[in-house]
Amino acid sequence: MTTTDSSTAQGKKITLRIWRQPNAQTAGSFVEYQPKGLADDMSFLEMLDILNEELLARGEDTVSFDHDCREGICGSCSLMINGRAHGPNEGCTTCQVHLRSFRDGDTITVEPWRARAFPVIKDLVVDRSAFDKIIQAGGYISVNTGGAPDGNTIPVPKLISDQAMDAAQCIGCGACVAACKNGSAMLFTSAKISHLNLLPQGKAEKDERVLNMIAAHDHAGFGACSNTNSCEAVCPKEIPVTFIAKANRDYAWALLKGKQPTLGQKEVESA
Amino acid sequence: MATTLNSNIPSGPLAQKWDKHKFDMKLVNPANKRKYSVIVVGTGLAGASAAATMSELGYNVQSFCFQDSPRRAHSIAAQGGINGAKNYQNDGDSVYRLFYDTIKGGDFRAREANVYRLAQVSVNIIDQCVAQGVPFAREYGGLLANRSFGGAQVSRTFYAKGQTGQQLLLGAYSALSRQIAKGSVTMHPRTEMLDVVIIDGRARGIVTRNLVTGKIETHVADAVVLATGGYGNVYYLSTNAQGCNVSATYRAYKKGAAFANPCYTQIHPTCIPVTGDHQSKLTLMSESLRNDGRVWVPKRAGDNRPVSQIPEEERDYFLERKYPSFGNLAPRDIASRSAKEVCDAGQGVGPGGLGVYLDFAEATKRLGHKTIVERYGNLFQMYNTITGENAYEVPMRIYPAIHYTMGGLWVDYNLMSNIPGLFCIGEANFSDHGANRLGASALMQGLSDGYFVLPYTIGNYLAQMPKEKRPGLDHAEFKKAEADVQAQIKTLLNMKGKRSPRSFHHELGKIMWEKCGMARNHAGLAEALQKIPALREEFWQNLNLTGDSNNLNQSLEYAGRVADFLEFGELLCLDAQTRTESCGGHFREESQTPDGEAKRDDENFSFVSGWMSQGPGKAPELVKEPLVYEEVHMSQRSYK
Repeated sequence: MTTTDSSTAQGKKITLRIWRQPNAQTAGSFVEYQPKGLADDMSFLEMLDILNEELLARGEDTVSFDHDCREGICGSCSLMINGRAHGPNEGCTTCQVHLRSFRDGDTITVEPWRARAFPVIKDLVVDRSAFDKIIQAGGYISVNTGGAPDGNTIPVPKLISDQAMDAAQCIGCGACVAACKNGSAMLFTSAKISHLNLLPQGKAEKDERVLNMIAAHDHAGFGACSNTNSCEAVCPKEIPVTFIAKANRDYAWALLKGKQPTLGQKEVESA
Repeated sequence: MATTLNSNIPSGPLAQKWDKHKFDMKLVNPANKRKYSVIVVGTGLAGASAAATMSELGYNVQSFCFQDSPRRAHSIAAQGGINGAKNYQNDGDSVYRLFYDTIKGGDFRAREANVYRLAQVSVNIIDQCVAQGVPFAREYGGLLANRSFGGAQVSRTFYAKGQTGQQLLLGAYSALSRQIAKGSVTMHPRTEMLDVVIIDGRARGIVTRNLVTGKIETHVADAVVLATGGYGNVYYLSTNAQGCNVSATYRAYKKGAAFANPCYTQIHPTCIPVTGDHQSKLTLMSESLRNDGRVWVPKRAGDNRPVSQIPEEERDYFLERKYPSFGNLAPRDIASRSAKEVCDAGQGVGPGGLGVYLDFAEATKRLGHKTIVERYGNLFQMYNTITGENAYEVPMRIYPAIHYTMGGLWVDYNLMSNIPGLFCIGEANFSDHGANRLGASALMQGLSDGYFVLPYTIGNYLAQMPKEKRPGLDHAEFKKAEADVQAQIKTLLNMKGKRSPRSFHHELGKIMWEKCGMARNHAGLAEALQKIPALREEFWQNLNLTGDSNNLNQSLEYAGRVADFLEFGELLCLDAQTRTESCGGHFREESQTPDGEAKRDDENFSFVSGWMSQGPGKAPELVKEPLVYEEVHMSQRSYK
């Protein structure tokens, strides 16, 4: 966390350079704003709320941005802040960044996630439905409701269970993609694969899962992973890149066993 | 219009009602299920689990959510855990005990039969979630771990670190995703429901707005399920997500569905205190913190010494003092009101004196730093991120905030509203928590409704529907509902007044919190009932919006939700005004015991309040569903 400045009576001075783009078809550009009445204990998104109040009062279109829970778990918020996904703090989503992390007089550049697989919808809002497609390709255990055995039937060693939990923490925000120079979603995809492949319940579909989900990842237009680890550095849930290694291992094993993705190109598209 | 609300509770002994009912219900022939289409609005625990399960059974399902992905619904933010009467800990738990605790915790204002069924299926939920790969916490031997949670004397709560909600929702979302991939669920993300369409007395579809293109669309089906969550955001500041709203259920109310017990709101005791007017939401920290944290304030009012300089004997551990057997684990309403009392007495801590300490010093000594990190690490980190303080060194400051709403659309035992074909599940309905919800019971109810109750009861409805052709989207009722929605959007955009949706919402929230918050009285409610209509009138003259309706326009979305809150807030206050007793989360100052505890009035208020709209500008009609207790003896709740 950077140093804290005391806010003046007029409030903290911050200049925002925000990416404005009316819709997917129209080119965008940066516009500068200086919202008033800012304070250290305000969250970054509350600053945008204040800016939007000012814009409404001036009769201008408000800045669109995705947000919902504002407590760091829903994965909706998604801003590049000064070139860093989710801003300056580690292990933290944009909604949890507070103005005490910036100095009085700072200029802050705010952009949407930029990746081929995440087209801009408007301003800072992008379409992340490609993540849903990856899950639809195999990010589940095929059990219907009803008929599940007693929860304690299959003991899961605590170590394995904890590892699965570490992977399962992923909130699907897309920061890993935004940070990656290849626009790869391998941290997301591998975390989802690992969560299920580690657990005994997920073993039955282990090979198909890894092959299909990676096929869906590639098909959605995400780039390949070249192990720069920039994803790990910005992940708000601090998911380690070792899960990418694990998914790659599962992938290689599946191929060695002679398995192929069971989803054809057409099914991946419709998934 | 119906003037009675029939709960349709099956006859027979309590423990056999659900089994008997399952047998008595009509089934839809497996080959015919694909001929039925069901709309599910909302993709939280209730909505996602219901959509997935009904699709597995063979129905055609259309699922809607306003978020960009079904995985983001606000169930995701639940931290603490989910109850299940497994008795894995051998500490005396049972279905009956969970049933009893829930009835008692709800202050005897819930239906016995619904609650018993909830306790029964709670064990199936745990099994289902484990099979889906939900990574519940485990012991070293590999079996599932449990903890005791808010108000329970047994350890029946299953959890996944501090993010049980996210893990359960990802389980339901994965099941839903599997069905989407199969093509039997059509998913409509970034789509908001704006009206329900009723044809010949049956719910037949909905009107939606595509939030990206602005397109107003209509959808037809054989049944409509609302799983749209609670209305806590009527208070502006709450622990709800920013998008949570009452629009779906409120617009159903305007179409004739009864709204039950809107005044039953839950204040959660362990939230991070407010810092200023700019604040857009309150962050809850799981009340599992109260398992090991001790709540206290300085004994002397106005004592602003740092914690390290306040000696042990000058601290008031007020929950332990007042409730020796439950101590820091006293139920939410009691813990919240006690915090308000000490703050009102000037003993509060932090900015504005609106906070109490939650101290882990003793627990750290007893369990060691490592265990505290393991149990609560992410919560301590969250607290640090928001406040900039290190709770391992100084106690946390907490204050109550609106968290959950027990009221909701009235439903019968089948989870169907008084409009045939309109079902309501999860937090959006009123059915299982009475006047106060116990910790770790919301996740249980959402999944119970979605996985194990609705998929049966909706079949019973569909099987008995008259075999007639489904109305087309060109039906006059669809056209009218669509035109009404269009007209409202136009009005909102064309007012060109001076005030933003947020400013109206903020002002409404202040009225609600001050006059209809933790403690309510006749004069305050009367004042609120004056102020809210005046504010609403101003809204419809002086609202300012920019942008247009054919694009993503978040201010427009917000304005529509605030418009509904401005009507619904009045209904909530009216309900609070009418219920002159105290019960659960509803505390009327006029109805308390000499030592300041909530005093129920069973003789006059042992009923569910079902409010029925009589049209714009007219007072709603109150229809009472009597609550009959056959199994449990109603007693004054005591946690001393």
